[in-house]
Amino acid sequence: MRLYAAAVYLFLYGPIALIVLFSFNAGRHAASFECCATSWYSLTFNNTFLIEALLNSLLIAGTTAVLATIMGTMASLALQRVKGVLRLVFDALTYIAIIIPGIVIGIATLVALVTVFDILNPLIAKLWPSDGNAMALGLGYGSVIAAHTLFTMALVIIIVRARIQGMDRSLIEASADLYATPWATFRQVTFPQIFPAVMSGFLLSFTFSFDDFIIAFFVAGPKTTLPIYVFASIRRGITPETNVIATTVLAVSLTLLITAQFLLRSRAPKAGGKG
Amino acid sequence: MVEMINGAVDVEFQGVTKRFGDIRAVDNIDLEVSSGAFVSLLGPSGCGKTTSLRLIAGFEQPSAGDVRIGGASVVGVPPYKRPINMVFQNYSLFPHFTVADNIGFGLRQLKPRLSKSEITARVGEMLELVRLQGFEERRTWELSGGQQQRVALARALINRPTVLLLDEPLAALDRKLRQDMQIELQTLQRDVGITFVLVTHDQEEALSMSDTIYLMNEGRIIQMGGARDLYDEPINRYVADFVGKTNFFDGEVAEIKPNGAAIRLANGRVLYGRNPRGGVPLNRNAGGAIAVRPELIHIVKANGSACLTTDVQTTARVKNRIFLGEQTEYLVMAEGFGDILVLASKHAETVSGGFSPGDVVSIGWEDSSALALENTSKGDHSTAVPVPK
Repeated sequence: MRLYAAAVYLFLYGPIALIVLFSFNAGRHAASFECCATSWYSLTFNNTFLIEALLNSLLIAGTTAVLATIMGTMASLALQRVKGVLRLVFDALTYIAIIIPGIVIGIATLVALVTVFDILNPLIAKLWPSDGNAMALGLGYGSVIAAHTLFTMALVIIIVRARIQGMDRSLIEASADLYATPWATFRQVTFPQIFPAVMSGFLLSFTFSFDDFIIAFFVAGPKTTLPIYVFASIRRGITPETNVIATTVLAVSLTLLITAQFLLRSRAPKAGGKG
Repeated sequence: MVEMINGAVDVEFQGVTKRFGDIRAVDNIDLEVSSGAFVSLLGPSGCGKTTSLRLIAGFEQPSAGDVRIGGASVVGVPPYKRPINMVFQNYSLFPHFTVADNIGFGLRQLKPRLSKSEITARVGEMLELVRLQGFEERRTWELSGGQQQRVALARALINRPTVLLLDEPLAALDRKLRQDMQIELQTLQRDVGITFVLVTHDQEEALSMSDTIYLMNEGRIIQMGGARDLYDEPINRYVADFVGKTNFFDGEVAEIKPNGAAIRLANGRVLYGRNPRGGVPLNRNAGGAIAVRPELIHIVKANGSACLTTDVQTTARVKNRIFLGEQTEYLVMAEGFGDILVLASKHAETVSGGFSPGDVVSIGWEDSSALALENTSKGDHSTAVPVPK
């Protein structure tokens, strides 16, 4: 039994460990390892195309995370008051947004956006005639952010709602009883209570968006995100540079995920303990 | 803020009904809480006492009738606009605030804003009042139950509300602490002069603390009065049963007397009881019951040197004995009466030497100690009757 477990773990994490190891390769080829140097790191981070892709990814992930967190939190607060069949429908839609494969979201978003753009762009051109197509809508940051926000928002809804459900409702009543208006109650009681969930929702959204290749590949248009860059560069052959990128992304993602988990677990002890 | 005008009414219910779906949690209730009073809403769970409290606080709005605070109707007024504060059953302290920030919460919501120094000063006063100096920076979940309770009290009282509502505030405390807090609450209420409305299912708590008790059942008020009224003059069987312990002897009304009735038991014996003050006189040939409190029954050794001279006398056999410290509770079996509960004081025990199970004893009581009550009452809670629509 233990041997099987060890084999499974080796199969799972062995390649990842190898990538990390190979990123410190001193040699020129990805397949042979010569210990040890960080030369590929400096080389990688001086690659302007790569840096541009990285910045694009950070911009998209950051915006996605902010939008998904704000809208997702608002949605979960509102959903609290929705009961019955309507609630069931909303719940189902939320889960579907997460379950749907990325490739479907990618294609669907692409088709939808292109269709909408085809209708809107002639209209815009008519309303604000200008030389060139400066005003035209096209694929780019906006479309990736929209597609990413769609499914990461569902993630935030589920995380924040779990926290709201675990919250002591009488705290809100206590606050109202102590003269706090509904907005003051949200600011001083509800938000501090759900903050860890909101934060971890933010971090998870960021990670999902940052790591996503499939959806971005469909809707990014001319923009290159980091995963798209990696995909493109692999086609030219795997170099130690690829390992460096993978290791960096791994480090960033793991840090964010662990932080999110930590935040989710740090629950303030409940009021009203018996002494 | 509170003016102690004699006769001023702080809270008033006029025909208040609260429906949840088909259930009438509160059913056409009238009540009046006068300024500076300590009022209890007493009853079993589901009797509507908590709903009544929530109607005062503003967490619920009445389905019918009028809720008035300080003479003005507050129907439709949200909780945060009512001059009322509440001590919640589980205290509901804010876990992300310190003790001082919890207590100052209400003051921080006021417009125009109070200065920081004033808030700090008043929080300090409150901490002193509830004897929690030095706990300012503590987290609420670090405190014991009794301390949390005092923080909850301070958090409500600091706002000098017209009325303080207390929802089973002592339920989570152990017995000793509960008794201490009962005294503390009473003293506090006298000191601050704020009207207290307490909700409790614990009759002892209600009897010991409040000036006026509303005994509720199934959304209605069954009897209103002081502790002595409820204990000595229960208007029906439900009240007699709920407040304290009582022996009931069921039978038929044999004779109507000016201030009471005679009831014939199944064994043919006729017992006399007086009408409780405010009770409904019984009808002849209807069912009735004689109610006698266990502590009003004398118990002596049968054929011993001490003789009973009471109006009612019978012999009985001791079935069980429970030592309660200041008193001893006997369960005795008397032919034709059934099981009878008798409470013997420490003094009586010293004189008689006490009894053991199997002993034959004489028991008896004065007619004036017995009440004649309806056999059954609408307030009967022994069977769970669905609330009539």
